[in-house]
Amino acid sequence: MTYAKDVVALARKDLLLELRARETLPAMLLFVLATLVALRFALPADASERASVGLLWVAILFTALLGITRAFIPEREQRVLDGLVLAPVDRSAIWLGKVVATLAFLGAAELVALPAFGLFFESVTWSTVAAVALADVGICAVGAILAAMAAAGRARELLFPVLFLPLSLPILVGGVGAAVSADPGRYLAFLALYDGVFAILAWASFEYVVTE
Amino acid sequence: MAVAAAVVLVAGVALALLWAPEDADQGPSQRIFYLHVPIALTAYACFGWGAWKALRLLWTGDQRYDLESYTAVHMGTIFGTLTLVTGSIWARTSWGVWWSWGERQLVLFLILFLFYAAYFMLRFSLPEGPGRARISAVYALFGVVLIPISFLAIRLAENFIHPVVFTRDGPQMSGDMFFTFCVCLAGTLLLAGTMYLNELAGKRLDLRLRDLRESLELG
Repeated sequence: MTYAKDVVALARKDLLLELRARETLPAMLLFVLATLVALRFALPADASERASVGLLWVAILFTALLGITRAFIPEREQRVLDGLVLAPVDRSAIWLGKVVATLAFLGAAELVALPAFGLFFESVTWSTVAAVALADVGICAVGAILAAMAAAGRARELLFPVLFLPLSLPILVGGVGAAVSADPGRYLAFLALYDGVFAILAWASFEYVVTE
Repeated sequence: MAVAAAVVLVAGVALALLWAPEDADQGPSQRIFYLHVPIALTAYACFGWGAWKALRLLWTGDQRYDLESYTAVHMGTIFGTLTLVTGSIWARTSWGVWWSWGERQLVLFLILFLFYAAYFMLRFSLPEGPGRARISAVYALFGVVLIPISFLAIRLAENFIHPVVFTRDGPQMSGDMFFTFCVCLAGTLLLAGTMYLNELAGKRLDLRLRDLRESLELG
């Protein structure tokens, strides 16, 4: 039970910080809208509507990239992480707290992105919504641990996208597949499998990333 | 080991070029199969070996596994790049294109290439020490999990990216072909092993040299 409390406290800390500073979320919201507008102009007028679904997923991945890149940088810069690692909490709780917080940001950005996509392109199907929800879990689970790795290095913001994109390609496949396929079940199951496998791996290995 | 690798590899190539029966469909170009597939399998073996060493590092905390894991991933990346090159040549000769999104192995190796290229960026961006060893190890472990997941993803993606795939009727290998293939596989594995040991020794020497220099300067 203390584990759950720790996770909630850590996630609350991030959300409170965001509420006071308002740095990440407004940037994500504006970014996803601007990306969708930019992609509208990237698509020739006679392109099939199916192609636009892929663009939605590119916009989501890039928005996640923008939001998660910053996730561990304040921790490293202000040396919060040292305190957290010394605190009597399980280290994986730090990861889980960060996953919950980034999930909240990403979900909020998508609450804007999906209706905007419906307005600019074509209406969003239920299978797409389900795929987005499943993909978010995977994106944040993998993103949180990779952001912690990238923040430990010198390149930081530069490094994270390079680490994250190859790992997120399966999510793209699952998401686009669920939207365009007549049988979205297989793709949703694949996304769930991705979430499960990588969440367990990240949960088990996070400790080694932050231990000094 | 270096001599053994050279002998087996030369024997394998000779068998592949001179002895193995010609493929009825693809003619002589099919012979690149005897290099391409063993190289690909060797790359997997290297990545797997690197991940095993990474796991050992996290398990025991013994720092010497760091260099071993790094060297194995290094070799894996070299063989992975060779797989991309040979696969591309094969695609050119048999289908007339340098790149085909329908060829699963090639696409998988492209993803792995991107992933493991980032491994080096990550490693060189981190300050040296046990922290770097652990983070690199965790990343190497993500790599071996990514291999089957990506493979599954590529199979799923074929349904909407590339509806009709060139069905290369499954390589029903004859005994001669299979024997040649095994010799080539043994050759590339031996080559990888030799390169791995050499590189490892070289890197250890480098480290030792640096330590000695430092203690000289201090002294």
